[in-house]
Amino acid sequence: MLTMGKAITRRRAVAVLTATLLATGMAACGNSDTGDTPADDGKLTLGFSQVGAESGWRTANTNSIKESATAAGIELKFDDAQGKQENQITAIRNYIQQKVDVIAFSPVVESGWDTVLKEAKDAGIPVILTDRSVDSADKSLYKTFIGSDFVKEGKLSGEWLVNETKSATGVVNIVELQGTTGSAPANDRKKGFADAIAANPNLKVIASQTGDFTRAGGKAVMEQFLKANPKIDVLFAHNDDMGLGALEAITAAGKVPGKDIKIITIDAVKDGMQALADGKFNFIAECSPLLGPQLMDLVKKVSKGETIPQRIETEEGTFTPEQAKAALPTRKY
Amino acid sequence: MSTSKARWAAVTGHALFWPVVALIALLVANTIYRPGFLSVEMKDGHLYGSLVDILRLAAPLILVGLGMTLVIATGGIDLSVGSVCAISGAIACLHISQQPDQNALGGVLVALALGVGLSLVAGAWNGALVSIIGIQPIIATLILMVAGRGLAQLITEGQIITINSEPYKSVGVGYLLTLPLAIFIAAGVALVVAAVTRRTALGMIIESVGGNAEASRLAGIRSGRITFLVYVISAVCAGIAGFMITANVSSADGNAAGLWIELDAILAVVIGGTSLAGGRFSLGGTILGALLIQTLTTTVYAMNISPQTSLLFKAVVVIAVCLIQAPAFRARFARRPPAAPAAPLAADQPKEQVPA
Repeated sequence: MLTMGKAITRRRAVAVLTATLLATGMAACGNSDTGDTPADDGKLTLGFSQVGAESGWRTANTNSIKESATAAGIELKFDDAQGKQENQITAIRNYIQQKVDVIAFSPVVESGWDTVLKEAKDAGIPVILTDRSVDSADKSLYKTFIGSDFVKEGKLSGEWLVNETKSATGVVNIVELQGTTGSAPANDRKKGFADAIAANPNLKVIASQTGDFTRAGGKAVMEQFLKANPKIDVLFAHNDDMGLGALEAITAAGKVPGKDIKIITIDAVKDGMQALADGKFNFIAECSPLLGPQLMDLVKKVSKGETIPQRIETEEGTFTPEQAKAALPTRKY
Repeated sequence: MSTSKARWAAVTGHALFWPVVALIALLVANTIYRPGFLSVEMKDGHLYGSLVDILRLAAPLILVGLGMTLVIATGGIDLSVGSVCAISGAIACLHISQQPDQNALGGVLVALALGVGLSLVAGAWNGALVSIIGIQPIIATLILMVAGRGLAQLITEGQIITINSEPYKSVGVGYLLTLPLAIFIAAGVALVVAAVTRRTALGMIIESVGGNAEASRLAGIRSGRITFLVYVISAVCAGIAGFMITANVSSADGNAAGLWIELDAILAVVIGGTSLAGGRFSLGGTILGALLIQTLTTTVYAMNISPQTSLLFKAVVVIAVCLIQAPAFRARFARRPPAAPAAPLAADQPKEQVPA
């Protein structure tokens, strides 16, 4: 999942290390089920390697890819890497051997992909990165990277606030719950938000602290923010979960979330959308996992040899309470 | 004069003197930064303030620390406590989420029983690996540390289970006599553990096993059974802590619940003066250590230390406390005649041997 990526990666790093220590030989077990049917039946074949199934966001991402592959008439070979890079590399090598038409994957980590990507390139199989990028210097190793633009998510949040407070005369005090320190979504969302609110000098971020993308973290930090700052007008949380944790702290402090303190979050997972529909949140910028249809489009294009941009953004929207109420019944995650 | 000097030396020489000084120093620093830090007010019939938050949030760490203390006293270590927190919290929240009426006390009690039950199984697994099969504790509990997270995610199906159950919520955020219920639960468990270990011979037997398991066995102590027992106690403590952690946010997050709490717990045990080599332990020290660590975390938020520097800040405080607590370190800097023999290095000291 995008937003919790860093925390998970850290834990996974331990997991990978220990698993390697304990059971080196078992590491590749997750990849056996990729089949070996040749891909020359006229149907497009896509080999996809997923990070894992660590969150609701990720599960929705997987389902979106599976459903849209069926809908687009593309044969999907799906592999779950269970958070391990070595599983993912094995899966990609399998896809190369099976001569699939296109390979797509969500990299578990950013580095260490050059060799296997080179193998795919030499075999003439185009590669698409989804949701997360790689740090390879040679951009020709993959066709495109499709995923969310975190800076834009932060910017949309900030712009909504600027618009909302344009009639405010006094200073608007903002507190910020950051994601995991150093993670791309945390850095980019913070930057996008800061850039957007610079438009109004009355908007001031008076405290900013990491809540590690978790509910418990968001709650513990918000509790202290509330005690240290008597006047908080707006909370900007880098994901829904931290916002949900902060909700409880705000209620416990005897304030009404959504009214006394306006809450802006990012992600739009189900619990967050519910809070928005209930009027406890005021605005959510979406970080959508439903990139399946866009991915299948790209698969068709690259297999025909069409040129596509190096960077493609996921189609994402924003939600107000009314829009959340309308969207909730059909929400997939 | 000399008696007061001796008394002062006894106070400063006490194992817990420096952790207490560090705790007070942190509170003073916070008060200087924001004079209202120590203020506590009544809100909705209970006390409200940063100190109350510290007590409430320290409760799970105290619980995990208590179990960890006993394990470490036998010369072992339990890395799986964080995962056990996640498992027990996950199964409890899953059960409650399936109830037609989430507020029904019966369903919540069953959920708690399920959580404790799974924790017992987890503890028995660890205990069996260590005491029967004889795997080194750090490896044996590493298995459940890694696999247990997976198990917790299996239970929650990779989602965050949100519940809406007042009785369950009260375990994490409820109040009793204006103070957080969680701290009473932690104190209750601490009293039971203290009574069982210090009012009976069990504590001494645990220390004896930690000092030398084989000698203890030859002296007639069933070392294996004691080792098994401490892992079960540790897991049950972690399981109850898991309830508090999940109840605090009314949701079970298999990924994040209790993440890295094993490290904080080990730290609390060390700050509390329990030897990692085993052979002696201090329950009061662990509780103090847990309070110190939670105060440190809350300080970072309250003083709004930037996330980029907060880890460094914490590390510096912890290193300072550990160093100043070490007699060998203090002896090196104490003003003494050069002829006076320095205290032997802590690492060189043999394990304390307790006759059984």
